[in-house]
Amino acid sequence: MRRLALLVLALSALALAPSAQAVEPDEMLADPALEARARAISRELRCVVCQNQSIDDSQAEVAHDMRRAVRERLEAGDSDAQVRNYMVARYGDFALLDPPFKPGTLVLWLGAPALLVLAGTGLLIVGRRRRTVPAPAPLSDAERRRVEDLLGR
Amino acid sequence: MSRRLLFLLPLATLLTMAGFFAWSMVSGRDPASIGSVMVNRPAPPLADVTLGPSGLGGGKPVLVNFFASWCAPCLAEHPLISRLAEREGATVIGVAWKNKPDEARAWLARLGNPYRQLLFDQDGKLALDWGLSGVPETYLVDARGIVRLHYRRAINEHDLKDTILPLLRAGQ
Repeated sequence: MRRLALLVLALSALALAPSAQAVEPDEMLADPALEARARAISRELRCVVCQNQSIDDSQAEVAHDMRRAVRERLEAGDSDAQVRNYMVARYGDFALLDPPFKPGTLVLWLGAPALLVLAGTGLLIVGRRRRTVPAPAPLSDAERRRVEDLLGR
Repeated sequence: MSRRLLFLLPLATLLTMAGFFAWSMVSGRDPASIGSVMVNRPAPPLADVTLGPSGLGGGKPVLVNFFASWCAPCLAEHPLISRLAEREGATVIGVAWKNKPDEARAWLARLGNPYRQLLFDQDGKLALDWGLSGVPETYLVDARGIVRLHYRRAINEHDLKDTILPLLRAGQ
């Protein structure tokens, strides 16, 4: 019984422990609305040294600097789009976790759907052709005799 | 006939993929590279240093080298930066990134200081304007103040011979 109680205690301690988080308390803005916007933008911006992590998640030094810049821009009165453009101007589209739709990314956005449509069309054509194959003509008398010969009847 | 060609489809797919992989290996494509948007754009502000025609380079290209005393690749490229400054007469500006000024100065005192001017970017604010991702990174700013090269790594002998020196000489 005591063991069980200990186990429950240990597990609840685990559950209550604060989850690891990149944003340090001293980075946060005093204004909760502005801080919420900063968090939302940070989740869409890619850390430039960790490939697949947002700056909101990353402990990297550069990610820290980028988070601070996001908050500084917001405090200076920038819109969300202006903050995103600020990062794109410095790090390119790479800084966006959601790549923009433009000529350079057409293959990325449309490649998979195009392949799906192509494969679907192919299957449809093959299926239709199979259905329209005419029924074989019945055997002629000579053929029938030959079959019976071969079967040894 | 057309059905038989269909059987070649998996093979064709395989060959296409193999071709792509072979090209990736041979061409030196680096999928981890994030590229740079700085190249062919006017150099961002560099504290109180002026670049361009009437700037520090005096009508010649200028190298901007971000480094730190705690960074091992910076140590590795230090002889090349020194060679550029001392033997090739290049103007190099050093920016100590996320580095205590004392430590950066001690590092340069020990290894030699190739920099015409030394700047400190302890909080990384200057680096953000340059689109820096870490150290070492090196930029070449031409005589008109346009960024022409951006290395997101330590420079090596090949970069020096094949790319940096020709641009430096062309800019003289």
